[in-house]
Amino acid sequence: MQLFAGATHVAALVTAGEAEQLPVLPHMGELIFGLIAIAILYVIVQKKVVPNLEKAYSDRTAAIEGGMHKAEEAQQEAQAALEQYKAQLAEARAEAGRIRAEAQERGAAIIVELRAQALVETNRMTEAAHKQIEAERQQAVVSLRSEVGRLSTELASRIVGESLHDEARQSGIVERFLTELESGAIRPETVGQDV
Amino acid sequence: MSLYVLGSLATADGGGYQTPTTAEFYQPLWNDGPLAITRASVAMLLSVALIAWWLIATTKRAAIVPSKGQWVTEGLYGFIRNGVARDIIGSKDFLRFVPLLFSMFVLILVNNLFGVIPPVQFPTMSRIGFPIALTVIVYVVYHTIGIRRVGLRAYFKHLVPGGLPTWIVPAIFFLEVITFFITRPLTLALRLFGNMFAGHMLLLLFITGGEYMMIHGSFGLKIAGAGSFVMAFVLTIFEILIEFLQAYIFTLLAATYIAGSLADEH
Repeated sequence: MQLFAGATHVAALVTAGEAEQLPVLPHMGELIFGLIAIAILYVIVQKKVVPNLEKAYSDRTAAIEGGMHKAEEAQQEAQAALEQYKAQLAEARAEAGRIRAEAQERGAAIIVELRAQALVETNRMTEAAHKQIEAERQQAVVSLRSEVGRLSTELASRIVGESLHDEARQSGIVERFLTELESGAIRPETVGQDV
Repeated sequence: MSLYVLGSLATADGGGYQTPTTAEFYQPLWNDGPLAITRASVAMLLSVALIAWWLIATTKRAAIVPSKGQWVTEGLYGFIRNGVARDIIGSKDFLRFVPLLFSMFVLILVNNLFGVIPPVQFPTMSRIGFPIALTVIVYVVYHTIGIRRVGLRAYFKHLVPGGLPTWIVPAIFFLEVITFFITRPLTLALRLFGNMFAGHMLLLLFITGGEYMMIHGSFGLKIAGAGSFVMAFVLTIFEILIEFLQAYIFTLLAATYIAGSLADEH
């Protein structure tokens, strides 16, 4: 009510001077100016400012979400890599175990083989030694036999007083005697203490 | 400039101290009468130019990682967008009102701050034409969306909440019509105007009064003048708070009115 009273009052006052006008009544020029100002600003904000800011907002949201997605992916990748490494490590451990077992096995086999070889070798060497000893004995026996024959014949010759060499050789008497002796047909007898 | 004018007023009389009057706020710079270009109009023009330049410059290449300027603009924008528009209007419709609310907020804020910023030092909104201009827009917007949404008849019908006893409906209808069509715009405009007007008047009083006492007063009055300047300083700080607060309140209420027109139930 006061407003309306004021309005009529002001209509009269406007001519008298804007300065005396009540401060709650608008100055027409300023009211129009205000409308124009907010209109200009509104257009600028709506056309130029808000779209850019909203775009930055959504871009940022997308970037953050993208970043989170990427981080998730990276984590999964890392997890996968870890699993792979673990698997590889386990595999390597198993492999190492297997190799170790194999090596032990092979070592044992080698030892057994070597032992067998050594045994064979020993046997062979023993065999050879035996053979050699046998051969040497045989040789010794042969030479001893001829020697004993010769000595016996000689001794007998001396006793008899003539040479029996040829006869003994001819008849093979020594040989026969020795063979008999060996076969056990004749027992060696002690001839005497004084011989 | 106002200080200068007042200072000269005070000394021109040669006599006592001339208190600042409401006439102080009318300062035509060019022409006179209803269409005079006033100091407030020039300040308004300057603010639009400054705001437009700043906003365009800081958001032209709005990046994901903001520059300092973009960060400031985004802070203000986010404050209005999320803190006012989204919280009050709701996440469904708020985005189309953000440009209006944001423009109003920055325009009021800058013009209010002009009240204490040295080269201007005149709160544009202390000239009621400007608050009225902004209020007219808010008024038209919230009635338009309300009427458009449900139709003119239903809009008026919706003013009265349902489930009331029949005999009380006319009274409530009358009150609601007054609220919607008279009280709301009147208070919206007057609140902003009154705060800026009174605040500026207070500052004028303390500064010109202090100046007068310092220059013309006796020793005791000189001390009182110094006290007056201290008060002016304190009130300036207080004014900055009020200036920000009023810009916020205006935007907040505009958003509330719009939200009310958008809501299904009154």
